[in-house]
Amino acid sequence: MSDQTITIPMTQEQASERPNFMHRFWRLWSTRMGVLLFLGLVLFSFVGPLIYRESAILPHVAHTVLPPSARFPLGTDSLGHNVLAQLMVGGQSSLEVGFLAAAVSMIFGTFYGMVSAMVGGWLDALMMRVVDAMMTIPSIFILLFLNAVFRPNLFLMIFVLASTSWLGVSRLVRGEVLVIKNQLYLEAAQAIGTRTWRIMTRYMLPNFLGTVLVASTLSVADGILAMAGLSFLGLGLPPPTPNWGGMLSDGLNYMFQNGWWMLYPPGIMILLSQVSINLIGDGLRGAIETRQA
Amino acid sequence: MLKFIVRRILQSIPTLLGITLISFMMIHIAPGNPARLLLGNHYTVERAAALTKELGLNKPIWEQYFIWLGNILHGNLGQSYVYNEPVTSLILQALPHTLIIVAVAVLAAHLFAVFIGSIQAYYKDTWFDQVATVVNYFLYSMPSFWLGVLLIIFFSITLGWLPSGGIVNNQLSNPGFGDWVRHLILPSATLFLVSVAAWARYMRSSMWNALLQDYVRTARMKGASEFRVVFVHALRNSILPLITLFGLSLPILLSGALFVEEIFNYPGMGLLFWDAVMSRDYPIIMGVTVFIGVVTLVGNLIADILYGIVDPRIQYK
Repeated sequence: MSDQTITIPMTQEQASERPNFMHRFWRLWSTRMGVLLFLGLVLFSFVGPLIYRESAILPHVAHTVLPPSARFPLGTDSLGHNVLAQLMVGGQSSLEVGFLAAAVSMIFGTFYGMVSAMVGGWLDALMMRVVDAMMTIPSIFILLFLNAVFRPNLFLMIFVLASTSWLGVSRLVRGEVLVIKNQLYLEAAQAIGTRTWRIMTRYMLPNFLGTVLVASTLSVADGILAMAGLSFLGLGLPPPTPNWGGMLSDGLNYMFQNGWWMLYPPGIMILLSQVSINLIGDGLRGAIETRQA
Repeated sequence: MLKFIVRRILQSIPTLLGITLISFMMIHIAPGNPARLLLGNHYTVERAAALTKELGLNKPIWEQYFIWLGNILHGNLGQSYVYNEPVTSLILQALPHTLIIVAVAVLAAHLFAVFIGSIQAYYKDTWFDQVATVVNYFLYSMPSFWLGVLLIIFFSITLGWLPSGGIVNNQLSNPGFGDWVRHLILPSATLFLVSVAAWARYMRSSMWNALLQDYVRTARMKGASEFRVVFVHALRNSILPLITLFGLSLPILLSGALFVEEIFNYPGMGLLFWDAVMSRDYPIIMGVTVFIGVVTLVGNLIADILYGIVDPRIQYK
């Protein structure tokens, strides 16, 4: 078989559609807000520490539980950590793990769903029952268990979080592939002897990549939330790595003593990360669904 | 109809087996000798030998699984070594507390979501809709644990209206029903607020679709009041998907309940599990996992069957 490809010229409709994607994505003020907020969070977490050069893990033993002051803009916690510096570094791990976990689950889920749909038969049934069973158990129960047993570091945490978040992706992909599988252009591709791998990557993937990307964007938010939640429950990243959920949980000890500077900053950061990513995800979904309609 | 129910129940059996398999694997994923993990601080060489024999821990792994599965089917989930009580009785003690929090939250969330979502759809794109959408969005994105903390700060500490944790006030000699209800409000409210947003969003679009249908126009032409058109004619059909949505959101609800119970120190299934994880109490960890999985599965099953009953358009083959 030759590797020559026939390029079909784009129809007028298709050609006029491409530049519109960004336009459609950008048209809603809510999406613009989400992108802006998210950029703000990225700048705060990654560029912030370059400007505000204070250590996040150095305990100021003589200055514990101090309210905000000129020296400590957001005060210090029970061990004398600088809360502002911790907030910045905590954002780094949240964003990194959130993104990488979503990427891992997207790749694995896509592969799993595709194989399941392509193979079909009893293997498909078996593979999907595995997904069903895992989805039935609320993810936090599995995550808590895995974290207690393995005490993951930043790298392992990515895989722990991905261990539950790939399930939704695989179901989504399987559904899409089952539809595409019976399309005429796929039959044509098979008739001219296209290899299975090529069919999967060139004929199928582009058709549902958009949908999967939207789902994965939203799963970045889920990953950040899950990690914050696990840290909040006392089973997050091992110290001294600061984490928003862990900071919030430490702050709880000072809830009754009005230690608001230890509670509000991490809580608000977690909320903002969720709002910004959800807004972006919804914007992407809107832009993609219009194209399909 | 009966055939549909039977088929649906048969379909969930493989999932059920999958749930038990996952829970069974937990003891084998964990590093260390299963007998040692299961016995914890009750460990002696004799007991380990007895347990190994009882659970067939020296047999092939699939044989171990069937012995364990047989025990579960007889209601034997093992013995907790922290509480020194059968896991089954611990679960039965914790279950009502989780059920009541979730039930109150779900009921309130459904009623409120149906109401707000319908009004939002009716007044689509007005200022009311836009404000409600923004509020919804923040609630939708709100982590349950952060919301719980906020509610404690506001209602327990600043205002001093409601207790911040526990089921009843232990210092009272006879706490009574009123005290119990007061302790229930904040945990349920937390779970209510985080779940209402998603349902209201769904209800809004579902009602918006229903309002465009022909039968709504017919109802209007017959002279039905606008209230009747929305809350009787259109609601009947637009409310149906919420049943499925309820089934699908059960795992999320139970995850939320775990956080809520931990924050408010409410001794339900979530807190039981969390305590067990912290003290590596494997019999409880495995037992609760199986139990929660089965509860979710049954919940989904009921939602599916209920949907079939209330929607006459569904055909049973």
